[in-house]
Amino acid sequence: MFTNFYYLLKSEGVPVSLTEWMTLMEALAKGLAFSSLTSFYYLARAILVKSEAHFDRYDLAFTKYFTGIETTEDLLEQALDWLTTNLPPLELSSEERAMLSRLDLDELRRQLEDRLKTQDGEHHGGSHWIGTGGTSPFGHSGYHPSGLRIEGNSRNLSAVKVAAKRQYRDFRGDQLDGVRQFEMALRKLRQLSTRADGPKNDLNLDGTINATSQNAGMLKLVWERPRRNMLKIIVLMDSGGSANRYMQICSRLFAATHRTSHFKDVKFYYFHNCIYDRLYTTPELKDWVKTEEVLKSYTADCRLIITGDASMAPSELTMVGGIINWREHNEETGLFWLQRLAKHFPYSVWLNPIQSDYWEQTLGDYTIALIREIFPMFQLSPEGLEQSVKKLMNKS
Amino acid sequence: MTVKLAEFQGTNDYIVAENLKNSVNVAIALGRPLLIKGEPGTGKTMLAKSIASSLGLKHIIWNIKSTTKAQEGLYVYDTVQRLYDSQFGGCNVSDIKEYIRLGKLGEAMASNEKVVLVIDEIDKADIEFPNDLLWELDMMSFFIPETRETITAQQRPIIIITSNAEKELPDAFLRRCIFHYIDFPDAEMMRDIVKVHYPNLEEQLVQQALQAFYKIRNISGLLKRPSTSELLDWVQVLALGGIQPDKLSSELPFLGTLLKKNQDFDNVLQYLSQRGTKQRGSSTLWRG
Repeated sequence: MFTNFYYLLKSEGVPVSLTEWMTLMEALAKGLAFSSLTSFYYLARAILVKSEAHFDRYDLAFTKYFTGIETTEDLLEQALDWLTTNLPPLELSSEERAMLSRLDLDELRRQLEDRLKTQDGEHHGGSHWIGTGGTSPFGHSGYHPSGLRIEGNSRNLSAVKVAAKRQYRDFRGDQLDGVRQFEMALRKLRQLSTRADGPKNDLNLDGTINATSQNAGMLKLVWERPRRNMLKIIVLMDSGGSANRYMQICSRLFAATHRTSHFKDVKFYYFHNCIYDRLYTTPELKDWVKTEEVLKSYTADCRLIITGDASMAPSELTMVGGIINWREHNEETGLFWLQRLAKHFPYSVWLNPIQSDYWEQTLGDYTIALIREIFPMFQLSPEGLEQSVKKLMNKS
Repeated sequence: MTVKLAEFQGTNDYIVAENLKNSVNVAIALGRPLLIKGEPGTGKTMLAKSIASSLGLKHIIWNIKSTTKAQEGLYVYDTVQRLYDSQFGGCNVSDIKEYIRLGKLGEAMASNEKVVLVIDEIDKADIEFPNDLLWELDMMSFFIPETRETITAQQRPIIIITSNAEKELPDAFLRRCIFHYIDFPDAEMMRDIVKVHYPNLEEQLVQQALQAFYKIRNISGLLKRPSTSELLDWVQVLALGGIQPDKLSSELPFLGTLLKKNQDFDNVLQYLSQRGTKQRGSSTLWRG
C-alpha cells in the first residue's frame, strides 16, 4: 500500500527507514487513519518524519502523491459549473458531525462518478448531490469528514491543502537560517572527542566510592580518561571580490564557530579567491602570516574548513603569477598550494555558499570543478555543514 | 479493523490541538514513545500531566540533567549504604535486594498499574543517553545483575519524551518514536489558552494584549520571541497593574515580561518609535 509514496519521500530527501514504514503499516492495519486523508496526513507524518526540518519536504511529497485525489480528472468539469455559487460556511454541532458517516476513498470516488451520472443540475446546501455547502461528501464549503473537495476555497482544511500550504518551509535545513543551526551542526564535531585516547588520569569519584564500598571499605581508586575536546580547527575564509555577496552567510558560520566553545583551538585566516604563500589574519587582508608557518604549527589531526565560492579566473589556479592582486606575485600556482594544504590536513572540507545545484552552471564552474578534485565540497548551509562534519571525522 | 483507543481528550486546564491529540492517541495505540518538540513555552511538559489526568493514570516525571545517566533511570545499587550497614549493623546486609533503588523508568516498569512516564528534556543529557535506553524502551524490561532479577512491565507505560532540540537525537532512537512538533498556537487558540488560565479577565484586555503580542512576535530579528508562558505572565501583570486596554498597543507597558534580551528590547522600541508612538518612560521598563 502506498509503496510509491515511500520512494517519493526518499527522493524528496525525507530520511524514512523501513522500520518506520512498517510501523505506519501497523498503524493503518489498526485503523488509526480512520479512512480519511487528513488523518492519514498527520498519522504518516508523526510516524515517518522525525524532525520539523523535514516537514516541508514531507508536505511536498504528499502534495505530489495525493494531489490527483483532491481534484479528480476531467470528470469534474461539469461539476465545476454547478459550484460557482457561494454559500456561508456551514456550522455543525459535534453530534451532527458524528452522524455523518465516514466514507472510504475508493467508495467515495465510485459514488461521485455515480452521482455525476445521475445528477441533472446545480444543487446547493443539501446532503446528497454535488454542490456547495451542506453535508454531501462532494463539492466545496460543506462539511463531510472524508469528503472530496472540488474547487472553491476550503473552510475545513483538507489534507492536501494543508500540505500545499507548506507552513514548515522556514524549518528546512538546507535554507539559510540563523547562527544557531550552524552551531548545532558544529556541535556534532564534539563526537570526535571520545574517551578513546589520552592517559587515564582523572579520578572517577562515583566509580571510586562504588568500588570502595564493594571492596568492604578498603580504598579502591577508579581512574578514567579526561573528557576534553582536543580538537583544533582552522577556518580559511574567502574575503572580498565575488565572496562579498555571501558575507552574511559566511559571518554566520564565523559566529557559530566562535560561540561553539567546545574546541581546544579555533583559528581564522582569510584569503582572496585562492590561497597562495600568504594567509591574512584580518578580513580586510592587511596583516598576514606565511602559509608555510601555519602548515608548520598545525599537525595533521587539525581540521581544515575552507569557505569560498571557488569561482575565479582559471589562471588564478593554474598559472605562476596568476594571483588576482597585481602588486603580488606567486611563485607557485594556486593549485599547488591547495594541494599542499589538502595533503597536510587529511581532514578537510571546502564549504561553498553557492547552492550546490548551480555548481555546474555558474560562472566559476571550471574552477569549482578543479577545486572539487582536491577538497570534498559542500554547500554552506546547515545541512551541508552537517555532511561536512561527517567528512571531517574521516580522512578524505 | 479498529482498536478501541484509550482516548486522550485534553483536560479542563490544558487546551490541546486536534492533531496533537491524534498523535498522542496514535502513540498510545502503537505502544511507542511519543517525542514532543516545539518552541519553549508551548506546553510540552504540561501535556504529559494532562494526559495522565485525562486518562486517570498516575504520572511519573524523570527530569533529565546534563549529568543524568541512563542507568540511574533504571536502578541504583546503593553500595555505600550497604557498607555502612555492614559496619554498624542494621538491615540484612546479605540481601542485596534491600539496596537496589529503582529509578524513574524502573519505577514505571515495576508499577502494577499503567502509568504515564515523562522523560523531560532528554536533549539535556549526554549524546549517548538515548541510545543507552533503546533496549529497555523497546522491550520494557531490564535485568539487574546484582540480584539476577528481571523487571518487566506488566502494563506498558505511556512514554512521553520532550526535547528542546539542544542536541540532535540519534537516528536509531528516533526511528522508534512517534514524533510531534507543537506548532505555535494561533490567535484563536491562544485566546482559549489565556481564558483557561485566567477565566475572569476582561475580554477587551485579552483581545488587545493578544494583538500586541502577535505584533511583537512578528517583528523580524528578535533573538528570543516571546512564547505562551510569557504572554500568560504579561496578561496577569497587565490585569494586576490595572492597565487600560486602549492604551495597551501603543504603550506596551511591562514589556520586560515578554522580552528577555536587551537587544530585543531595543528592536521593539525602535519598531514602536518608527510607528510614531510614544513609550511612557523608563519606569515601565522594569526588566532589561
